[in-house]
Amino acid sequence: MSTMWTTRLRKATVEKFEPQDVLPDEQPSYVASFIYVFGVLTLAALFIIIGSGLWLTTKGAIWWHSSSVGHFVNSVHLWSVELFFVFMVVHLWGKFWMAAWRGKRLMTWVTGAIAFLASVATGFTGYLIQWDFDSQWIATQAKDGLNSVGIGSFFNTLNTGQAILLHVSLLPLVVGLIVIWHVILVRKNGVVPPLDANEIAGGTQ
Amino acid sequence: MRKERNVDLQKWTGPKRPYDLVKELVIALVVVTVLVGGLAAIFSSPDEPAVTLQVWANKAPGDFITTTVGELAGTTISASYGPPYNNASEGLKLGPLKLQKMAGITIPVYPAEDFVVGPLAFSKDVAVLAAVSQWKATPSDQQGKWANDYASAIEKAGDPAKVSASQDFGPVPTMAAGLLTLAQSNVLDGLLTTTVTPYPSDFTKPMLFLADSGYFDELGAAQHLHGDQWGMMNETGSYPGQSWLWLFSLWYQVEPFKSSPNADAEIFLWIMILTAAFVFMPLVPFVNRLPRLIPIHRLIWRKYYRDNNL
Repeated sequence: MSTMWTTRLRKATVEKFEPQDVLPDEQPSYVASFIYVFGVLTLAALFIIIGSGLWLTTKGAIWWHSSSVGHFVNSVHLWSVELFFVFMVVHLWGKFWMAAWRGKRLMTWVTGAIAFLASVATGFTGYLIQWDFDSQWIATQAKDGLNSVGIGSFFNTLNTGQAILLHVSLLPLVVGLIVIWHVILVRKNGVVPPLDANEIAGGTQ
Repeated sequence: MRKERNVDLQKWTGPKRPYDLVKELVIALVVVTVLVGGLAAIFSSPDEPAVTLQVWANKAPGDFITTTVGELAGTTISASYGPPYNNASEGLKLGPLKLQKMAGITIPVYPAEDFVVGPLAFSKDVAVLAAVSQWKATPSDQQGKWANDYASAIEKAGDPAKVSASQDFGPVPTMAAGLLTLAQSNVLDGLLTTTVTPYPSDFTKPMLFLADSGYFDELGAAQHLHGDQWGMMNETGSYPGQSWLWLFSLWYQVEPFKSSPNADAEIFLWIMILTAAFVFMPLVPFVNRLPRLIPIHRLIWRKYYRDNNL
């Protein structure tokens, strides 16, 4: 075993993957259901969220209130978030009924669940920084739940400056990293086989 | 007889089919872009204007006066809140656990001083400045009596304008009227947000003050946003809002949480338990057997089972 940190890191990461595993051009024959599309649809919606979010970020927090283009970009951001959650929830239910955590895939489920929770937090901070009545109402309502368990001492929903930085920097980073981790685990472990499957039954061995 | 491998654990070596992941992602991106663009063009997004203290003071001056007196009497929500704003109460509890109190006062807000007495120093009305001086020179029990008496008189009359001028409420009516003037002239919004720098990004004080009002509460109710109307999960208008928060909002609609004085803390703890169960669901007994007990997987993998006579 090499003592070099670089070698160890390479062995623990890059060498764990075959090129065919990273970008496979074939899948097991059982990967043949519309339900498999929802993971990719979730990713597609996430890309649109990030794109429209970056557009809003470059123009400033209140641009969309005074520009018809800005309002449209804000609408794209909103609806891509709505679809993102729809796709993710369908994906999640699909994985539940497949018992997709089998075969040492527990962490794939866990990272997916955490990605969902981090997305909820990111969406919530997005609602706080609209600079309109919705954000005022949500901030004043949500503070009580957070304050009741002490979280409000560190995260103040009424501090729009804090919420905006969390929404455009820290939380997207968290969601992005967890989603990347989740996708890597999916590629590394492969798509879970059907319940009670065996390869012999497929007649190939 | 050949022993079968546990195919859950090992790399699949059975039959495969071509699967173009990159093409799938590109097509998904195009489809979702078109879908999102269409939804955005057709349904747009809500943008109900923010409410300022000036708007409140002009549209509901009676409510503004009532709330201001409540701040001086210490009877509003924020004046009696507790941590993280002040020590007016211990806050909510989870059995013997006082997490709200333990977190401490990290965002100090003392409504009588911060919302009323302090800003009134910027009034140009000598009568108001004299009233503030009288208030400051008076013992707190007398201050409380004046404010509470005036609050009771307003409640009885139904409107501050209908309260008899012959009654003695000390400097409180003058102070409340002075603050109303500051708010109506758009001075108060700035005074409550520019405590550190002239460029505000923290709206804790004006929002706490506004949230104490009946006016803001009525606006929320009119937009179906109250806690008992599934609360912040909704948005103004007919938009889906944060529908993914349904499991959080649900518990505010049902007993025993609905009527509990510690509902916020209890629901938060309950959601934390459910969240942990969700994240580690594969380890939760019975629940992790449901996919076998309810064979929806036979629908998902129907082709595989059919092709293999399973």
